[in-house]
Amino acid sequence: MSQTDHIGKGPNRVDGPLKVSGTAHYAGEFNVPNLAYGYVVNSPIAKGKVVQVHADEVLALPGVLAVYSHENVPHLAWFDRSYKDLLAPGGSPFRPLHSPDITFNQQPVALVMAETFELARYAAALLRVDYEQEKHETNLETKRTEGYLPGGGKLGYAPPPPPRGNPEKAWKNADQKIEAEYTHGAQHHNPMELFTSTVEWLGKDKITVYDKTQGVFNVQRYLTGVFGLSKDNCRVVSQFMGGGFGSGLRPQYSVFMATLAALELKRSVRVTLTRQQMFSIGHRPNTLQFVKLATNPDGSLASLQHHALHETSLFEDYTENVVNWSGMQYQCDNVKLGYQLAQLDVYSPQDMRAPGAATGNPGIEIAMDEMAYAAGLDPLEFRFRNYAERDQNVDKPFSSKKLRECYREGAAKFGWDKRPLEPRSMREGHLLTGWGMAGGVWDAMQMPSRASARITADGRLLVLSGAGENGAGTYTIMTQIAAETLGLPLEAVTFELGDTDQPQAPLQGGSWTAASVGTAVKNACDALGEKLLKLAQKQKDSPLKDADYDEVEFVNGQLRLRRDPDRAVVLRDLLQASGVTQVEAESTALPNMLKQNGYSLHSHNAVFAEVQVDEDLGTVRVTRVVNAVAAGRILNRKTARSQVLGGVVWGLSMALMEETIMDHKFGRYVNHNYAEYHIPVNADMPHIDVLFVHEDDDIVNPLGVKGIGEVGMLGVTAAIANAIFHATGKRVRDLPIMLDKLL
Amino acid sequence: MSQLLTSAPHRGGLPAPVPTGPVRLHINGETRTLQLAPWTSLLDALREYAHLTGTKKGCDHGQCGACTVLVNGRRINSCLTLAVMHEDDDITTIEGLGTPDNLSPLQQAFVDHDAFQCGYCTPGQICSAQGLLNEGRAHSEAEIKELMSGNLCRCGAYTGILNAVQEVVAAQGEMVK
Ligand code: FES
Ligand code: FES
Repeated sequence: MSQTDHIGKGPNRVDGPLKVSGTAHYAGEFNVPNLAYGYVVNSPIAKGKVVQVHADEVLALPGVLAVYSHENVPHLAWFDRSYKDLLAPGGSPFRPLHSPDITFNQQPVALVMAETFELARYAAALLRVDYEQEKHETNLETKRTEGYLPGGGKLGYAPPPPPRGNPEKAWKNADQKIEAEYTHGAQHHNPMELFTSTVEWLGKDKITVYDKTQGVFNVQRYLTGVFGLSKDNCRVVSQFMGGGFGSGLRPQYSVFMATLAALELKRSVRVTLTRQQMFSIGHRPNTLQFVKLATNPDGSLASLQHHALHETSLFEDYTENVVNWSGMQYQCDNVKLGYQLAQLDVYSPQDMRAPGAATGNPGIEIAMDEMAYAAGLDPLEFRFRNYAERDQNVDKPFSSKKLRECYREGAAKFGWDKRPLEPRSMREGHLLTGWGMAGGVWDAMQMPSRASARITADGRLLVLSGAGENGAGTYTIMTQIAAETLGLPLEAVTFELGDTDQPQAPLQGGSWTAASVGTAVKNACDALGEKLLKLAQKQKDSPLKDADYDEVEFVNGQLRLRRDPDRAVVLRDLLQASGVTQVEAESTALPNMLKQNGYSLHSHNAVFAEVQVDEDLGTVRVTRVVNAVAAGRILNRKTARSQVLGGVVWGLSMALMEETIMDHKFGRYVNHNYAEYHIPVNADMPHIDVLFVHEDDDIVNPLGVKGIGEVGMLGVTAAIANAIFHATGKRVRDLPIMLDKLL
Repeated sequence: MSQLLTSAPHRGGLPAPVPTGPVRLHINGETRTLQLAPWTSLLDALREYAHLTGTKKGCDHGQCGACTVLVNGRRINSCLTLAVMHEDDDITTIEGLGTPDNLSPLQQAFVDHDAFQCGYCTPGQICSAQGLLNEGRAHSEAEIKELMSGNLCRCGAYTGILNAVQEVVAAQGEMVK
């Protein structure tokens, strides 16, 4: 039996002991000597101009080192493209401290540098800035008829597919139909860790940047572009990240500010944003959705139309895929999908966990529930009747799709078959119980990635790739993949990440890290394995003479022949006997387009939720959730389960709590703190069951993984909203469902 | 139509910040004398002056619990208290509970139950759970959930956190018996 089969098991996180003992170092925790501290000042108006920054007053305070604003910022890169990071959408990226123009509330207008954090904060609070205020517009309602089609989108954006069939005619002719509008306000990522950058000054315009980011290479690209540094002089490091959820995909103004100050002061610098400022760095956009569905008498969908309109800033066309999912989720021959943006005086939205899908999913999945009721069908049965065997958007089969199994296994675990169809039929005193369900779909993507592997004579393996660890478990799964590929115990393997000195990895997002970096790690270890085989074959009387690489395997610290495991060499003996100190290999992993082109690549899930609604008070408690996920191979059952648990919390949060409220009079978010921006706490937790449905897929990538960070969140919000309908008979289409909407 | 927004100059210059002085704290069993201004929070004193960065800052306003430490055995939000108020107090931070090679029972239970993802709320969660054990108040699942609700976890690791605390509570219960 092999002790070095690690994939698919559930070992503890390899970085767990560091995280629980406070010894994992996040960006703001590199206490390099002689640090200067920065504090950012933000605009209280949404539109207008800075007239004057009265820097001299605070500069008179002993210990205040500098005040940077558009008035004195040195000459930086001129062209937009220098500011464009890997995920920049169309338009002109925001340039901090570039001009007096104010284009959104909380826009950073100055950076105060001082000897201590407290002094910088004090001076920032006293810094007087004069503004000329102009009329702003932050209300999406005013733009209902002013939506426009975005031009070029950003990485990963796909415009909706062209319409198919004749959806409007089919809708008109159908007997059973629904039409409804769904909305949610802006939401902010709010990872626990504040955005922070520690820039270590190494002399002569050479810096090391410890940044909170989901992509060290993206930050390096941005900083070298903006500040004209060479890559060699701008190393970016992020070994741990206190949550990202998309907020760290693009370089934030904290890293711009810290780098600016370090280069100007020729000194090491730390800039940390406040929780309030975490509401000025991008958000899930306020969105309006319009859905029309109609059924044939047999319960099949006759027409499906889904249109979305969301806000963006004045300077960038932020895009995400909101409606496309609806065209592939169900079988329907008459489909029209639409997607438009509207400009407001707000900051550019930014990808937030399951961007686009998390918005479109409640739209289509609440509508499907409404349609099921209009057609007199059980919502799960309705979905079976409209199961999509092919992705009609692109007219291709799915590489694998075990959604039917998700429905079945999830329903069985939940006890869905005992559900009465009628709303308000499960009551205990003033408590109404309801059961709802929904499903989700997300892309299975792979991005180009590199990794290197090095084994030393003591049998220890070091694997490097500049990926990120924001809680998804990257350290652990990469260690598992490397250890299994070379037949080593987990303890013999170290995986390091988050450094631009390492082989290049993609942004940490989109649920593609396992597939992308995982494949690169596997390839690098295989490349190393081939070198080890050659080394073994050089030995006198090698038991592996003439063996090809695909005829051998690495198991339990041995390199052996598959068909005759007794013909083996012990790795450590081999390394020591051969006299080499180390063997190294580096490799690139690219998606196999030839193999993938004929298929639609997606993960799926089905969610079942139980709620209890207090009829007198309108309060909602989610009591049970079952989330059944089909996402290919699960690399680590423990960390994968945690990701899905977290997804359930996010879905619950979106359903019942989360919303950044804009005061349109001031064009300003008013609940920009952790007390008033509600997210769930431990006492809000339902009992959650996570099921991983078995799914083999050798098309998506050699590992057969699809990623789970996003899909685990989908379906949850709609399942809860649908359960609330089942409990109360009230259909709430405006998220979050707070108690006033149920009274 | 635009409108001018200005404020009056600070008359007679800005009030100068108050100077620093020595503050003696007993942190994780070690006596440390730090030079601190009165406006330095205990949280910033730990992170920026004592270089104990295990204690986290998530809001600086007493809203998230990431900065939870034990002062004389009781859990508090270290961002809501000034360091100078703790002259001679016993302060236990996450670093004082255990080390990577020698984890405390709670720390080990957090690892075993995967009671975190990014790990940023985790030191606060563990200190809070330790305080809760010290208080001897957490018996039922509902009590633990309620008493741990001052600690936000954006990653949503609450189920694991509950299970980890339950395990240690149960083990301690048996030890007491
Ligand atoms: S940092 Fe102290 S409670 Fe949030
Ligand atoms: S583990 Fe990330 S916030 Fe709790």
